[in-house]
Amino acid sequence: MACDMITIENLRFNYPRSNFELRIADLTVGAGEKVAFIGPSGSGKTTLLNLIAGIYKPQTGSCSVNGQPVDRLADRERRDFRISKIGMVFQQFELLEYLNTEDNILLPYLINKSLQLNNETRQRARELAAQMGIGDKLKRYPHQLSQGEQQRVAICRALINGPSLILADEPTGNLDPANKRKILDLLFQQSESQGQTLVVVTHDLGILDGFDRTIDFEKFRVESSAEVAQ
Amino acid sequence: MTGTIKLAWKYILFHKAKSLILIACIFLTMILPIAIAILLGSFNEQIVARADETPVVLGAEGSSLDLALHTLYFRNQPASLIMHQVADDINKDSLAQAIPIHSLYTAQDFPVVGTSLEYFSFRRLQLEEGNQLAILGDCVLGEKVSRELGLRSGDQLLTDSENVLGLAADYPLMMNVVGVLKASGTADDSAVFVDVKTAWVIQGFGHGHQDLTDETEKDKLLSKEGEPIVASSAVVPYTRITDKNLRSFHFHGKESEFPVSAVIVVPVDEKGDTILEGRFQSDESKAQFVRPASAIRQLMSLVFRVKKFFDANAILVAISTLMLLALVVLLSLRLRKREMDTMFRLGCSRDTIVSIQLAEMGIIFFVALLLVAAATGLIWFFSADLVNSWLTANS
Repeated sequence: MACDMITIENLRFNYPRSNFELRIADLTVGAGEKVAFIGPSGSGKTTLLNLIAGIYKPQTGSCSVNGQPVDRLADRERRDFRISKIGMVFQQFELLEYLNTEDNILLPYLINKSLQLNNETRQRARELAAQMGIGDKLKRYPHQLSQGEQQRVAICRALINGPSLILADEPTGNLDPANKRKILDLLFQQSESQGQTLVVVTHDLGILDGFDRTIDFEKFRVESSAEVAQ
Repeated sequence: MTGTIKLAWKYILFHKAKSLILIACIFLTMILPIAIAILLGSFNEQIVARADETPVVLGAEGSSLDLALHTLYFRNQPASLIMHQVADDINKDSLAQAIPIHSLYTAQDFPVVGTSLEYFSFRRLQLEEGNQLAILGDCVLGEKVSRELGLRSGDQLLTDSENVLGLAADYPLMMNVVGVLKASGTADDSAVFVDVKTAWVIQGFGHGHQDLTDETEKDKLLSKEGEPIVASSAVVPYTRITDKNLRSFHFHGKESEFPVSAVIVVPVDEKGDTILEGRFQSDESKAQFVRPASAIRQLMSLVFRVKKFFDANAILVAISTLMLLALVVLLSLRLRKREMDTMFRLGCSRDTIVSIQLAEMGIIFFVALLLVAAATGLIWFFSADLVNSWLTANS
């Protein structure tokens, strides 16, 4: 690997009015690496994803993405960093029901002024959709698409701004077995072709083929000090 | 189009029914009090203007407001009538000009107004075509009557039967249209004007029939000994006045004792006005002296007092609507929490999310306001006609 995409040191995070505490002494993910975070529900996988994305700020420690200390950025800088450098995919797809496929893919450009929407971007959205096999469904609304198609739209939305890091939270959690593999293959294909780092959170052990590394949060929590606070 | 406006617009377009309901709520809440204010303002302006142009009205004892409305708009027949003598006396004294108004009958549901030629100059009514009233049976049509009935000079118009089942009812009279007035935007547009004598013919005080001295028509006479000759019911009066039968028309009784429903009085000066007021306010007076401006202003002050309740009601309705809208927005925010979380997680600021919500409400309010502005313009443009047609509704 050329350099580290994610670097976490002595990180500690807890939710207000909650007993849960996530502690990570040291974690690195290399650029272009495909990593799966696995473990049972409540083990902190999604919390860590949100910390990496800069949605949450750790109480102590540091979290850097592509050399940028995300936790030290101001709110606006974190948002701009997230929308320009990170692509996010969610379990429930989280498409906006009132936008068609094309507008859903272009959503990052509609909600943040740091991204400029132009004809080039629209063309890229169409190309991405074609690569994902939904090129003929650009004018359809989410309720007119199958679940697999909706997740493809969500992946296009994550990729539209050419992020260096893709964070996917249970991207196959709502899909049937046939679609699970297809979606993962598409994610792998995209990240490999663009040299993007892919971090996938899952508790589905049947989809781990193809990842460079698997981090088991149940073990990791003990071995690497992700601990429940007393 | 910025992303914020585009997202708001897309949301509104996608949720058409919800958006239309919100727009309709705001539109109705705003337009109702505006429409009432415009129409009432126009109503006040028109009714007060016509009342102000009519200094004094005389009529039978009773409601002064009914008398004023009858004289100004030819509506609500008075319970009793006064004699034409009242008008004759005033004209004789030269204290004022007296213009008789006889409005008891209709033609095609439009009021037939018996008056004198002075009425036209008093109301500054001008002929669009044809001539003024000249002989018995002539009528001049208001602009609306001419337009709605499609009648012009040279046409004929039949008065309505008072009671089609009443054998003793007055015969309808076929009138000759000799002129059409220019539009005045007042109740005069909706009236059929005849000479007061023609009105008396319609009422049955005057009539025309065949010559009863003709020996060949003996069976039509009950008595021909001396004066007067008594005709049987076999003698049918003419229902149309023509050049041939005009000379046969005559009145039974003194014209000064024939009825009129009101008399418009235009005093020559303040002194004449005061003398007449004193004369008609005495106990011996047989007519009621009414200043229409005063009667109408009393009516309008009552109407405006009632309007205050409507205004208070409109404010309460507006507050209720705003509270309901706020509730809808709050519930909508709860329903859309995941959507907003997604935007935030993708990199959207909370401020932008609020901006999108505000833009949605802003667009809805803007569309509602556009509709309100358009409807206000239409109501304002047509208010005078609407009020005039309501005031002169021929029902």
